[in-house]
Order: sequence, then structure tokens, then C-alpha cells
Amino acid sequence: MRNTDEHALQAEFDRRVAAEEKIEPTDWMPDDYRKNLIRQMSQHAHSEIIGMQPEGNWITRAPSLRRKAILLAKVQDEGGHGLYLYSATETLGITRSEMIEALQTRKAKYASIFNYPTLTWADIGAVGWLVDGAAIVNQIALQRTSYGPYARAMIRICKEESFHQRQGYELMLEMAKGSPQQKQMAQDALNRFWWPSLMMFGPHDGDSAHSSKSMQWKIKRESNDTLRQRFIDQTVPQIEVLGLEMPDPEIKWNETRGHYDSGEINWDEFYKVINGNGPCNHQRIKHHVKAHQDGEWVREAVRAYRAKQARKKDERAA
Amino acid sequence: MIKTIVMQHIMCCPKALKICKGDDKTMSNKSNNLYRFLVAQGDDAIILSHRLSEWCSNAPYLEEDLALTNVALDYLGRARLFYQYAAELKGGDETEDSIAYTRDERQYTNLLIHELPINDFAYTLLRQYFLDVFYVEYMTGLCQSSDQRIAAIAGKSVKESRYHLKRSQPWITQLAEGTEESRRRILDALTELESFVGELFEMPEWEQQLVTDGIAFDRQLIREKWDHQVQALLSASDINILDSQLKIGGGREGIHTEFLGHLLSEMQYLQRAYPGLKW
Ligand SMILES: [Fe+2]
Ligand SMILES: [Fe+2]
Repeated sequence: MRNTDEHALQAEFDRRVAAEEKIEPTDWMPDDYRKNLIRQMSQHAHSEIIGMQPEGNWITRAPSLRRKAILLAKVQDEGGHGLYLYSATETLGITRSEMIEALQTRKAKYASIFNYPTLTWADIGAVGWLVDGAAIVNQIALQRTSYGPYARAMIRICKEESFHQRQGYELMLEMAKGSPQQKQMAQDALNRFWWPSLMMFGPHDGDSAHSSKSMQWKIKRESNDTLRQRFIDQTVPQIEVLGLEMPDPEIKWNETRGHYDSGEINWDEFYKVINGNGPCNHQRIKHHVKAHQDGEWVREAVRAYRAKQARKKDERAA
Repeated sequence: MIKTIVMQHIMCCPKALKICKGDDKTMSNKSNNLYRFLVAQGDDAIILSHRLSEWCSNAPYLEEDLALTNVALDYLGRARLFYQYAAELKGGDETEDSIAYTRDERQYTNLLIHELPINDFAYTLLRQYFLDVFYVEYMTGLCQSSDQRIAAIAGKSVKESRYHLKRSQPWITQLAEGTEESRRRILDALTELESFVGELFEMPEWEQQLVTDGIAFDRQLIREKWDHQVQALLSASDINILDSQLKIGGGREGIHTEFLGHLLSEMQYLQRAYPGLKW
């Protein structure tokens, strides 16, 4: 009996996914679909939050008031994205504190790019331009994802991301056209952030652990390599405008493919960073844990205050 | 009160005064006063903004992280409006950035309460509450400035500060009446901050002159209201010591705590390391 029900539900779910209908929180969904979404969406939310650290690293040192205002607003946007994505993920039956717990115990991942340090001011430009640029390519594809709350979150978030990318590029342009020292900082930032940005799209299609299921469920709409190529194709001309050297000597237009060819990613580094051994993995999690622990007394005070108020209300009522 | 006056007299020898007065022979006395006023207002705002921005990715709730950054952004915007006006008044190659990034501790004239470190959440929020109450009243008064541009900045600021106050005030009550620890932290913050509150209501001679000219707003006029409002909130939580008499001052004369130098060395580092570049 239960089996027949389950079969019917599964069939209806499959039909809706195939028909490009959105799955909503109260709809029946396969357990694995739910788990897969929780993994991907919470990872996305954590990335927004952890990403506040490398960029926040330069707020107090921004070299002009205008840039400081832009950076502050941008980092605040990212926090807002995190908040929004946590709420969207909660529709799948997990709480924000459970997600944070998973992040702090390193069970949940976040975008590996944020395990690289922002060493100079030009890195702030590179992060906006390349990292947000890569994120946009990913997120535009995700606007068509099959889970309704996630798709809507992506539509909303993408609007802000394009501003993030533009400010980053504008910052790079200012430096690339500035003094020799500034130009050198810009080149260095491009060189260091180029490869990690390409890694943001994940392993090659054949090596991606979660890809095939995700594609089948239309959680994921385009393959890692397709999205990566799109990012390369849109970014190479931007590097030319900056007048900087290509960060990869193998970048070359391929007339037959209609795409840029490029060199191979260092996958050893990719897995090393994913597995916790990037320059900042420990720092990022420690920072998050410390802020959380430092704030425990505040959250405790709020709980205590609310409990007292509730008690007072009860007494008045009685 | 006596302590402060002594401190100011010792520190403000004629030589020291020259450093911090920022007098410019090319400007008339009146516009010189105005310039100092604008820079001082900008200094208050930029320094507080810097402190608040230090909370980014460090707050007890994600929501609070965003809220504190938001207040930091408001104060940054306020600082820029005052500095931009000051830069236009002075002319030449002065800009908002040259004002913010190329002056030293002794030339910064913010009131000390703005520069104190963020310490913990109770301290940051209590300072913010004190300042929110102050700025709602002060900026309301400054809206009447005969200088249209100042009045406009004040108009924008008063709206922001009203909103900030709506957020900071309930926090004080929650922390004061939450747990033993949160109450202790509020009381500790109060002990320290109380010493720096009085300076908010003090005016150097040039500011008094601007009050007479109808440009600045008399800080003394809102002291009582401030006392009343703050004491009402605190006494509702059974906290009754608060005294807004001047205890520690000197900010307007460029006499700061040791904290400011470190703040500036961080804030100004790139502009100092690579002078004259555009970013
Ligand atoms: Fe984002
Ligand atoms: Fe972004």
C-alpha cells in the first residue's frame, strides 16, 4: 500500500520536474532530493557568510571613502544573501543553528575560494570581478533550478551580484591604469585569483560526485565545464581591456570551438583546499566559531529576557 | 570636571594649539570656524563608522552583523557629506579623502566617545544608544541652521539616528534585564562610558561663535533632555547612576586616547604608503 503511494508520489514528482514546474516546500519530494538540496543550498549560504571575512579584511583599510562605502555595502549584501539562503534552506526542514553547527564542525563546506587570503587592496577588486563574476555565471543557471525557494532566491540575489562584479572590475581598472605599483598589485591579484576562480565551478564533469543526480533532478541546470568555459569566455576580453597579462599562458582563442582554450587546473591544489588545507581554512572556521562563542552570552541574555517577559505576561493574565 | 580642565590647560599650550586649530590664513574667521565645525562633525562620524565596521563578521547574530554595518554605512555617508562641504569651502586640492586620510591624531578633532574601542557587544550598544539619543536631538536642532547645506545634512542624519535609536534602545533593556552576565557587562560599560559622555555637550569657543551666528546648534540645550531620556530608560531597569557632567575631554583640541592612533594607522595605511595615488 505504502509502496503504491510512494510510487505515485514519485511519478508525480518526476512529471513536475520534467515539465519544468517548481517543487515547493510543502510538496512531496524524494529524500535524496531534499538532502541534496540541503547540502547545496546550505553550502551556498555558508559561502556568502564566510566570504564576508576576506572582504571584510579590507573595510577598515579601504583607501578612499567612496571605496570604503562600496565595500561595506557589498559585504553587507553578502550577509543578506546568506540570511536569505539560510531561510530558503530552512523550508526543507533544517534549522539555521543546525546548519551553523555543521559548518563549524566542518561537516558542511563553503566555496573554497574563500580559503585564499586577500593580501592587497587589488585583491578586493579581483574578488568582486572574478569571484562574484564566477558566482553570477553559476547563479544565473540556478535561477532555473527545480526547487522554488532556491530559484527565487537566485533571481533576487543575482540582481545585487552584478553590482558586485562591476565595482570589482572598476576597482581593478583604476589600479591597472594607475601607478606602476598599482598595476603590479592588480596583475598579482589577477594571477592569484584566476585559478581559484576557475576551481569555483568544481571538478570536470566526469569527476563530479553530485553532478549526475543533481542534473537529473534539475537542481543543477548546466555542467561544471560548460559554466567554467562561459566564465573564461566572458572574462578574457575583460583582461585585455585592463591591459594586464593573461594569468594563464595557454589562453588562446580557438576558432573551431568558438571558445577560448586554456591550461589545466591544478587539481591537487583543488582537492587540498577542499579537504581543509588551503591557506585560510583554519582561520575562517576559527573566526566564525569565535564570533559565535563571543556572542553566546548575548543570545543567552535575549532568551532569558524573553522568558522573563513571558512569565510576567502569564502572571498578569492569571 | 576639574580634572578635565586641568588636563586641557596642560595640553593646550600655544604650540599645541597651533597643531590642532587648523587655522588657515586665507579663510576669514567665520569661514574658518565653519570649516573646523564641518571637519569636526565629519571626524565624529568617520571614527564611529570605523569602529562599527569592526563588527563585520563578528556579531552575535547575523542580523546584528548586518544592522551594525548598516549604521556604520550611515555614519560613513554622514562623514562624507561634512568632509565634502569642508573640502569645497577650502578649495585647492583638498578632498574628502585628503581630509580623512592625511591628518594625524593631533589634527583629528572627534569627541573621544567615538574613538573608544568596540570592546564587547554591551559596550558598543550602550555607546550607540547614548549617541543615538544625542544625535536625534542634536541633529534635530541642527536642522535649524542658517546654513542650508548643514541643515540638509542634519535632516538626513536625524532620520537615520531615529532609526538607529529604535534598534539600540531595546537592546539596552534586554541586556540590562537578561542574565547576570549581560547586566554586569552593561554596568561595566556604563562605568567607563559615563566618563566620556559629558564631552558631547561641550563647545570650544569657535563653536560657540557659530552658535551665535546661527550656524551651529547649542549642545548645552539638549543636555537635560538627554539626561532625562537616558536616565528614564536605565532606571526602568534599576540602574540609576549616570552623570553627564564633563569628566574627560580634549577631542576637539586633538587630545585623544591612545586608541585613535592605531585606528588611524590602520585606516590611512594605503594613502600613507602610496601618497597621492587614486584608488
Ligand atoms: Fe552573494
Ligand atoms: Fe556578491
